[in-house]
Amino acid sequence: MSSRPASRLALAIAAGLGALAAATGPAPAQELAHSQVERGRYLAIAGDCEACHTDFENGGAPFAGGRALSTPFGTIYSPNLTPDDETGLGRWTREEFHRALDEGRDDEGRHLYPAMPYPYYTLMSRQDTDAIFAYLRSLEPVPAETPENDLPFPLNSRRTVAGWKLLYFENETFYSVPDQSEEWNRGRFLVDGPLHCGGCHTGKNWLGADIDDEYLRGGLLENWFAPNIRGGENGGIAHWEVEDIVEFLGTGRGRHTVPMQRMGEVVAISTQNLREEDLRAVAVYLKSLDDAVREEHDAPEAARLETGAGLYFDNCAACHAADRSGVPYFFAPLDRSNKVLAEDPASAIRIILGGARTQPTEAAPSMLAMPPFAWKLSDAQIADLLTYLRGSGDRRAAPVSAAQVAEMREYLAQEH
Amino acid sequence: MTRELPGVDVVLVGFGWTGAIFAEKLTAAGLDVLALERGPWRDTAKDFATTFAQDELRYYWRHGMFQETSQSTLTFRNNSAQTALPMRHWGSFLPGNGVGGAGVHWNGQTYRFLPSDFVARSHNEERYGRLPEGMTVQDYGVTYEELEPHFDYFEKICGICGKAGNLGGSTVEGGNPFEGPRSDEYPNPPMQMTFSQDRFAAAARELGLSPFPVPSANMSRAYVNPLGLQLAPCTYCGFCEKYGCGNYSKSSPQTTIIPVLMQRENFSLRTETEVLSIETAADGSRASGVTYVDTSGETVFQPAEIVVMCAYPLENTRLMLLSGIGTPYDPRSGEGVVGKNYCYQVMSSATVFFEKEFTNGFVGAGALGMTIDDYNGDNFDHSGLGFIGGGYIACHTTNARPIESHPVPEGVPGWGSEWKRAMRENFLKTTTVGVHGASMAHRSNYLDLDPTYTDAHGRPLLRMTYDFTLNDRRLTDHITPIAEEIARGMGGREVKVNALNGSYDSTPYQTTHNTGGTIMGSSPADSVVNRYCQSWDLPNLFVAGAGLFPQNAGYNPTGTVGALAYWAAEAITEQYMRQPGPLVQA
Repeated sequence: MSSRPASRLALAIAAGLGALAAATGPAPAQELAHSQVERGRYLAIAGDCEACHTDFENGGAPFAGGRALSTPFGTIYSPNLTPDDETGLGRWTREEFHRALDEGRDDEGRHLYPAMPYPYYTLMSRQDTDAIFAYLRSLEPVPAETPENDLPFPLNSRRTVAGWKLLYFENETFYSVPDQSEEWNRGRFLVDGPLHCGGCHTGKNWLGADIDDEYLRGGLLENWFAPNIRGGENGGIAHWEVEDIVEFLGTGRGRHTVPMQRMGEVVAISTQNLREEDLRAVAVYLKSLDDAVREEHDAPEAARLETGAGLYFDNCAACHAADRSGVPYFFAPLDRSNKVLAEDPASAIRIILGGARTQPTEAAPSMLAMPPFAWKLSDAQIADLLTYLRGSGDRRAAPVSAAQVAEMREYLAQEH
Repeated sequence: MTRELPGVDVVLVGFGWTGAIFAEKLTAAGLDVLALERGPWRDTAKDFATTFAQDELRYYWRHGMFQETSQSTLTFRNNSAQTALPMRHWGSFLPGNGVGGAGVHWNGQTYRFLPSDFVARSHNEERYGRLPEGMTVQDYGVTYEELEPHFDYFEKICGICGKAGNLGGSTVEGGNPFEGPRSDEYPNPPMQMTFSQDRFAAAARELGLSPFPVPSANMSRAYVNPLGLQLAPCTYCGFCEKYGCGNYSKSSPQTTIIPVLMQRENFSLRTETEVLSIETAADGSRASGVTYVDTSGETVFQPAEIVVMCAYPLENTRLMLLSGIGTPYDPRSGEGVVGKNYCYQVMSSATVFFEKEFTNGFVGAGALGMTIDDYNGDNFDHSGLGFIGGGYIACHTTNARPIESHPVPEGVPGWGSEWKRAMRENFLKTTTVGVHGASMAHRSNYLDLDPTYTDAHGRPLLRMTYDFTLNDRRLTDHITPIAEEIARGMGGREVKVNALNGSYDSTPYQTTHNTGGTIMGSSPADSVVNRYCQSWDLPNLFVAGAGLFPQNAGYNPTGTVGALAYWAAEAITEQYMRQPGPLVQA
């Protein structure tokens, strides 16, 4: 017991499950067939496991955990997935690992916080999770204690998680929709399963669970608005072709936009390493998702549009072009950007205030960045600028207020 | 107390253009490469973003991009009868500092030297007879034909925008008819020209000359280079020279090479580490590594199998002298090689003032221009002229940065209401036709260590002894009137000629094209390195940069500096790695 990470122990006691928290014995010897390890490696890439389970900021080893994940409810630290006996998955069994991904329970049966996307991973089969487990077992064990989570009561109790799961978690098995193509079904499996796109791109309720009606219509996470990625009629990426989606996910560049910040990380760690036919399947599936017609807002006041247009010309046009057409594959065209026109302008506000950076990928190693404007533009100026970008011409997204910008400015100041 | 670190395959002293080129080629060949850079890390988003890159006070006036003279500078005198004094504020030239070196703040004019420039002594002597006594011009030891693939590759890395004039020996309309044969067209088309270039080109054609677009590292369109790195179209903001480009529109080590290096596990970079000396093994047969000092003041010995000197030419020369590698040049006897053949360039111009037409000089870029090569190198008959070499004549619109740019006609006072009135009237209505003249090496111009002044570490400063030579004066006296004639043909109200008179003055800005000091050649008696840029004394020591030029040509040097770096890097990977040792037998 004493060898268990302190955080685990504390949580176990808080959950009243201390008695069950006895260390299990080492996992039985398992066949690590190369093909299974390789399949697991691929699924681990698709699941983007490394992203959360690596403490990049402090130079942590891949999969050794310790990354601070800030949630609306507090900070959770990702655990160590390397096969270290004391601090990692060394003593886990295949069954326990399957249960973690399928049911959201750890090796001792305790509920996992849904920051771990098991509501999506549950779509993966037993063969899938066994393969991932085999891959993780093939890694070099790295001793790395996981820091204690920083959650307020009652969220620090795993019982609360149990209640949450009762309400929102369904242990699903993936089934194919028979009247759809194999490619479409593969795409849906990837999107809803390992890729867990909805983790960011689906709107959440106040308890952080997916809202069914908001499926892939955009979601707010850590004050980034992950845009609407429905590709059918009226969808946020209706103007993207299948090829555009494949290129964006596969190379980290695209004619409509370039992934930055969180999505940049997803592309760099995960999607650029996926097979093209899988990216195509994802694209085919996303392109099949129609959306409701967006509510049109009234045109903003002429004075705000004029001010915004002037600010745009002085501050933005050098890169994004005077007609907002940008430089495809480089500086995002802003005229139809699903971030600029999103119902929630959080990401657009945040990028103007704090700037953004791409992640280098194999195909596109340049680290392109947009500089921060927080020191240069006032709340009112940024609000006018965005109101112009969202509301001029035939665009009808809601105006942005100075108060919205001020709120984000304050959030960023506190965060850094 | 010097700490010793584990050895590396290659240590690079300095991390600008040539450091990045060697690092890319040598890591690709599997070597472990460590770059040491005196200055800080710099990248586009953090250090010269569009939100503040165009700050004239910070970058033009306060020299934000350059080596700090309080840390290290050099002393200067016109001739050896004088006592040299330290340059406490940069003037005539602007050495860089930090990651990317001067490759961050250059203009982007990217020429190839002419085939005859590489064989300046043999070519000119064959055509005109023996060169005068004291003119220490010599051949490079490497030819244009050998460098051609490397010119081509460097142009592709940078995405140079231009128009070929000679493709494989066939003349191409619109390009430079005098250039050496090219294996390929430029990777990008020329930039959009402005009113001034149109007038210049028309006036030049009127005189039977052959104008062509200046090859530019400012992008005419979006571009992806062979390493997958991206450049964006230039916005013609006119903040290139002395500035970093916030729009990713100017080729620099940052935009075209470094991001790829940062992904390679066999590359590492230590910034804010200043190399104090190149160390030689006890038996004197090879370089053993370098000693550097970091910001904490600790001195560190870094062993290495190969050392490449990639600092600015002036610092490479100084470092060799401080390290006791090679024989210092002695101007009295003409013996010795380190510090020999320091050269500069000879600049003059003719400014055109228009009455009605607007030139709108603020729509500019570092290499936005039209140029003629009819009077460069040996493109014209020098018989009876009493000089060799030449220069290009160009009309650039690089900028109209308001603190720096205030052209006024002849006879206007230098300050006061009359000056202000003239400024207002002429600010948007001027352009300049410039002559970029070559500088031929002379026995009396050289670099050595100063006997009096030292840097922050107590090491002697470099001493520059330089004045324009008879060849320089005859060259500029011959070509400046041609520039004036073109300028007068451009339809302006008046023309003001800025001729080169008197001795070299180190205070007004002229050009950061300092060359020589670590020159290349065919014999250890007259060069520091052989044709592969390898030290004659220590075969595992290589030298990069314009310090290799035995004399300076009438062009901006970066294209040739890049080609020589790729040439030398290839010699390391294709020859030296297979059989370490001298690549040329002395």
